[in-house]
Amino acid sequence: MTELLEFKNVTKVFSSGLLTKTSTTAVRNVSFKLAQDDPTIMTVAGESGSGKTTLAMLLLGFIPATSGQILYKGTDIKNLRGAERMIFRREVQAVFQDPFAVFNPFYTVDHLLTVPIKRFKLANSKSEAHEKMIEALTAVGLHPQDILGRFPHQLSGGQRQRINVARALVLRPKVLVADEPVSMVDASLRANILELLQSLKEDHGVSIIYITHDLTTAYHVAKSIMVMYRGTVMEAGSVDRIIKKPEHPYTRLLIDSIPWPDLKRRWGETDIKAREAAIEDISEGCKFYGRCPFAMDKCKVFPPLFQLNEEQAASCYLFDENKQIASEKLSELLPV
Amino acid sequence: MVDMKRDNNKSTGVNDAVLQIKDLDVSYYTDAGRAQALAGISLNLKAGEKLGLVGESGSGKSTMALAMMNMIKPPGRIEGGQVIVDGTDLMALSEEEMLKARLSKISYIPQGAMNSLNPVMRIGDQMLDAIEAHDSTISKNDMKERSRSALESVDLDHHVFRMYPHELSGGMKQRVCIAIGILLEPKVIVADEPTSALDVVTQRQVMETIDKLRVQLGAAVILIGHDMGLMAQFVDKVAVLYAGQIMELSTVTEMFTDSLHPYAQALISSLPNLDNKGEFQGIPGLAPALLRLPSGCSFHPRCEYVMDICQTDRPLPVEINGRTVACHLHTNKEPAASQVIKS
Repeated sequence: MTELLEFKNVTKVFSSGLLTKTSTTAVRNVSFKLAQDDPTIMTVAGESGSGKTTLAMLLLGFIPATSGQILYKGTDIKNLRGAERMIFRREVQAVFQDPFAVFNPFYTVDHLLTVPIKRFKLANSKSEAHEKMIEALTAVGLHPQDILGRFPHQLSGGQRQRINVARALVLRPKVLVADEPVSMVDASLRANILELLQSLKEDHGVSIIYITHDLTTAYHVAKSIMVMYRGTVMEAGSVDRIIKKPEHPYTRLLIDSIPWPDLKRRWGETDIKAREAAIEDISEGCKFYGRCPFAMDKCKVFPPLFQLNEEQAASCYLFDENKQIASEKLSELLPV
Repeated sequence: MVDMKRDNNKSTGVNDAVLQIKDLDVSYYTDAGRAQALAGISLNLKAGEKLGLVGESGSGKSTMALAMMNMIKPPGRIEGGQVIVDGTDLMALSEEEMLKARLSKISYIPQGAMNSLNPVMRIGDQMLDAIEAHDSTISKNDMKERSRSALESVDLDHHVFRMYPHELSGGMKQRVCIAIGILLEPKVIVADEPTSALDVVTQRQVMETIDKLRVQLGAAVILIGHDMGLMAQFVDKVAVLYAGQIMELSTVTEMFTDSLHPYAQALISSLPNLDNKGEFQGIPGLAPALLRLPSGCSFHPRCEYVMDICQTDRPLPVEINGRTVACHLHTNKEPAASQVIKS
């Protein structure tokens, strides 16, 4: 059976400079799969500069991969042409971080919904298009009569973010890439958006790639997680295991730094070793070397992934007594 | 008002509050009418205390920070009330005196550190500027010395003094803003979402820096934000703001274990926790527009305990065991509660 979406050893290098080329590896050797009929929510987590947005851009086909393949239903997305390409464009949708910037302030919000309906010829008549809009808005928990005909500035951030989800939903997508969908939404509305993502998976069979730096929401919404740091996968596996028992020193630091709204869980005892300024990048070795309290000599060579248990793998030599796992096998550990 | 609070620092009496806000009213005048952004805000803060100010967007958090700095610009206006820092009423100061008071009595750490530094000036020059504006009698060398030690106290290398903002990371820029904020050893530090653009590890470093300086200077800190997790980890007391009013002011322990106001309760239970995976409890409805506030209690359309009186009368803040709450559910209990205090 072909997978719905597959990343095969994808690497993206950005280079700049005319004479002296400097290059940054934004995504390094990342592989994962989304199954055709098992919708899931996978989190890609990491701080700024970890390559999570580059990953989203690659997945949406906005930028080409430097090496490796991104397959959609078995075909490399760079080879998709014509009708096939339109299907990919329709079935892989995105919701972005800023619910303000995606709207054109000169049009009413209807515009955002009618354009995709026209573009993909989803409706035969105006009334059918209108029906589709109403259906999508209701599905995201909005009252269409409050929304249609309004301008973006008349709506709240939470409403706008839901309209973005509704826009994606109109197209009946198979995959939704949600790039920090709640980071600019008020805390009280956050829960509603996350609930909506979950119901998209359950009721509409949409697989979601949830990109975030916020591990608390990741824990609540996702099944599996990939923790990235400077373009490499540090740790991956079941979200329950990784949040409750992180193994990689970076993930431990990350999870220890979450301010939990819980008075019994005090903020991290683990010390933050290096200030971010003092880190020199050793390009060949572990990206976390400069900040890692357990840094060893062998860390100067890039660590492979080691399988810790049936649902967790980490790229760190601390676990080198475990069996190595190839990057492309990683998705077998991710629960759906 | 809030003088019955727990006595955990070496205070001597009720009048040792380093910051007193009394009945602060701020309105914005727009074409569509007058929007009351803050209505009768009162609170006291002692030296070394940490207060969290939480609320949804549009609840008046940032207006409150600007009002404390006397920086409300038209169409906004401070309609009444006092902000007393260390015995001086800031609202009574002239423009020039206020310039001197900012940074030396009360300082402000803004939300987006990326945008608050001058991109074409070296960090050091921006710091010297700040000192010179307040006291031009200090020699250049002393000023440099002071700037360097401020940078040191926020864990930045002294090289930063010679650098431009674009050479620094987000966390470092935020720490530079903190360093400028503490140059003149203020009594009160107002931090408006100082870490909202930073990731968790950097956020922890920045908050640790602020806490260290609070101890060093003995300053009171007001942390503004909507991240209840951060509040739980950092502050002593929390004030919940809704539509320009303080709905509840309690210690952080009371707030998380036994909040009194229905809005505060809804806010606490909407928080993600480790134990309730996959459960989402948002607060139904939307925050009210300030131009069209509901009658009576501004929270009543979203409140699950709404009573008839809530739709007509605005609840006034009452004090219960040293906590302040503005809700009709608790208005009647006031006599009983104050008897407890007396006995």
